[in-house]
Order: sequence, then structure tokens, then C-alpha cells
Amino acid sequence: MSGLPDAHAAPLSGSSRHASGGHGSRRGYLIGFALSVLLTALPFWLIIGHEFTHAGTAALTVMVFAAAQVVVHMIFFLHMTPRAEGGWTLMALIFTVVIVGITLSGSLWVMYHLNANMMPMSVQDMRNMP
Amino acid sequence: MSTGPDAAAEDPTVFYVANAADHHPETGTMIGFWIYLMSDCLIFACLFAVYGVLGHSYAGGPSPARLFDLPMVAVNTSTLLFSSITYGFAMLAMAQGRRGGTLAWLAVTGLFGLAFVGLELSEFAELIREGAGPQRSAFLSSFFTLVGTHGLHVTVGLVWLVTLMTQVTLRGLTPENQRRLMCLSLFWHFLDVIWIGVFSFVYLIGVLG
Repeated sequence: MSGLPDAHAAPLSGSSRHASGGHGSRRGYLIGFALSVLLTALPFWLIIGHEFTHAGTAALTVMVFAAAQVVVHMIFFLHMTPRAEGGWTLMALIFTVVIVGITLSGSLWVMYHLNANMMPMSVQDMRNMP
Repeated sequence: MSTGPDAAAEDPTVFYVANAADHHPETGTMIGFWIYLMSDCLIFACLFAVYGVLGHSYAGGPSPARLFDLPMVAVNTSTLLFSSITYGFAMLAMAQGRRGGTLAWLAVTGLFGLAFVGLELSEFAELIREGAGPQRSAFLSSFFTLVGTHGLHVTVGLVWLVTLMTQVTLRGLTPENQRRLMCLSLFWHFLDVIWIGVFSFVYLIGVLG
């Protein structure tokens, strides 16, 4: 290709590049959608159907489904690859995941211990508060 | 206009400009927008942490199990998931240079997004009518802040979507408009990722008590 491409006639050169990266493929979107529907429907069905006797197990199962669906979205919808932008999007993502992990676990950990050390207060006490 | 490799080699400016036009994703917009999304992710992480801390502070008020209507949340989730794949189809139409197809899929995406915001607003109105507004308890304050912030993002995304549809209608699928549509694509799919956390952590785990 010689010279600058005409901006209006040829929006972007090479449709093959788009098929491989950036926009994904129809097949990729459909696979991602099917997996997402599955990973959404299953936890809803489990919780609405009361399949669990132990709440902790149910919560853990829901979180596992959520984490799996986040990965599916990252790969099939956001087109995350280790090579995108020279690896910088992945680096930014890893950094964010670390910070999010510290924020969530740190907040829950600290506040749990704070609550554990507070004076016990029942619902009845709360209703009678000034 | 440039004549070939010789002219390009003699004039570094011509070479650079031609190169930049060929590889538009390398201009830095996409990585910059990704960094913005990551910072937005931190906002939501803080709001999730607040909900995690305050989510059981009912102050004698209603609990999630009494308030949340899971089938309605399932419908809401499906509208956002459908809008994600229709936006994907819009991007595929854009990659093929089909302006009409792009606009049509963007319009479908907008309708799903509108349905999502509408359902969420009706849920909020119902909660407030029941006396379970944001001022009722710490749990409800953090719930309205987290879900409301997500809804606000979707609303802003809808405004952006309409703006870009106007741009594409007026100017066609220019490289600038393609870049903008790719940014909105990231934004829209990112909001769907955040919603996974909301429906799992807030609604599904919330009703477990």
C-alpha cells in the first residue's frame, strides 16, 4: 500500500487484522455468550431453587461461578490477550486485581475484627436507641 | 502524496505519519482508556468493600431476603448480557465496514441498556415506596450507592452510545469514530463485568442472609 489511506474510503486497512485481534470473531462472541448464559443461569437456579442447606457453601459456589464468568468476559468480550498493547493492558489488569484484592480483603478483615471487639448490640437495643 | 519507499526513507516525517495511520491502535488511546477502566474498577472495589462491611447492618430494618426479587434481577441481568453480545455484533459489522449494520446493532444495544436502567429505576422506586430507601439502614445506603453508581455508569454509556450513533450517521465509520466505538465497547463490556459482581455478591449471596 502506497501513500496515506483515504480516511473515508478505506476506514482501516486489512480486515484480516481485525479478525485476529481487537474485535474478535462472531464465533468468539457466541461462545462467550453461551458460556455467560450458563454461568449466570446456574447460580440463579441454585439460589432460587434452594438447593443448598449450608449458606457458606452456597456463597462460595456463587463466587466461583462469578469468577469464572469474569474470566469468560475478559477473554471473549474484552479480548484480553497477553500480547495486547505490548502486554501493558495485562500488566494494568494484574496491578488492579492486586489492589482490588487488598482493598476488599483488608476492609473485610479489619472491619470484622473491629465489630468483634465492639460492645454486643441486639436488634432490640437498636430499636430503642435515642 | 508520498511516492514510495525511497521518499519515505528520505523524509522521516512522511514515514512516521504513514506508519501511524496504518497502526491506529498504537496511538495510545486504547491503553489510556484501559487505564481509566482500571481506575473505575477501583471505585467499584471500594463500593463493594463498603457493602461487604455494612451489608449486614440492618438497623432493625428489612433484610435482603425480604427485599430482593430474584426473578426480576435475573431479567435485568439478561438484558445487560444481551446488550453485551449485540454490541459485539456492532463491532463485527464495524470491522466489515457496514455502517447500517453497525447502527442497527448499536440501536438494539441501546434498547437493552434502556430496559436495564428502566428496570433498575423501577426496583429503586419500589424499595423507596416500601420505606426501604437509602436512609433506612447502613445496608440500604451501601446498596443504593453501589447499584446506583453502576446504573449511573450505564446511563452515561447510553448517552455516549447515542452520541456515537449520531457521529456515525453524520460522518460514517471514520478511523476516529471506529476508535471511539472501540472505547465504548470496552466501557460497555466492563460494566457487564461489574454487574456480574453485583448480582452475585449483592443479590444472590445477599438473600442467603
